[in-house]
Amino acid sequence: MTSPAVLVGVGGVLGAIARHLVGARIETDNADTFAVNVLGSVALGLLVTVPLDAQLAFVFATGFCGAFTTFSSFAFETVRLYETGHRRRAVTNAAGSLAAALVGVALGAGLGSVLAGAM
Amino acid sequence: MTGRDHPLARAEPLLLIAIGGFVGATLRYAISTALPGGFPWGTLTVNVLGSFALGLLLYEAHLTDLLSAETRLILGTGLLSSFTTYSTFAVETATLDPAMAVLNVGANYALGFLAVVGARAVTRGSLP
Repeated sequence: MTSPAVLVGVGGVLGAIARHLVGARIETDNADTFAVNVLGSVALGLLVTVPLDAQLAFVFATGFCGAFTTFSSFAFETVRLYETGHRRRAVTNAAGSLAAALVGVALGAGLGSVLAGAM
Repeated sequence: MTGRDHPLARAEPLLLIAIGGFVGATLRYAISTALPGGFPWGTLTVNVLGSFALGLLLYEAHLTDLLSAETRLILGTGLLSSFTTYSTFAVETATLDPAMAVLNVGANYALGFLAVVGARAVTRGSLP
């Protein structure tokens, strides 16, 4: 069995590259970060609901979804929005990211339950 | 074919991000397994530490241009963005009971934003 740390690392490589390829850049424009965080939350909600082999869970749940989504860029961009005078957008980004990610988790989990039932 | 036209030159950013992604995700896993369960301490820790480090990196880049584009790519886009996570934070919040979920969101948000602001203060204080 491959060590969990290596499996998580491999998932991290894929998640980081996928995040870069979908165009997420660290900047004050926060739409990309919002998108990867919500998409990744849907995917992780699904993955924690379906029965998944432990090794695959390390690669895709902890590794890929964990690395594809990012809290540091979200926090930096929100603070930048606030300090550059876009205070309402900063608050909207903070609250909207949370709401959309939680709805995303619920959607992913719902989809996962349907898939698990069909397995 | 030389310099920037070479396929290796175009592949290089992806390689830097890949290295950062591996290290960031592995460190996140190591910290999560080292901390006690019951509350998502691991995710809170990596999110706050990573937000502080990204704040240092980006305010430094904004203010002084000391760091090369390659360094910012490997540390920011690769390592720190993979070290911190929003999806795990969201799933953990969804699975906690309501009072703990509110506490988890409050702690990640308040400490994460404070970490960025703290990094800005440190960066500005360290400038000549």
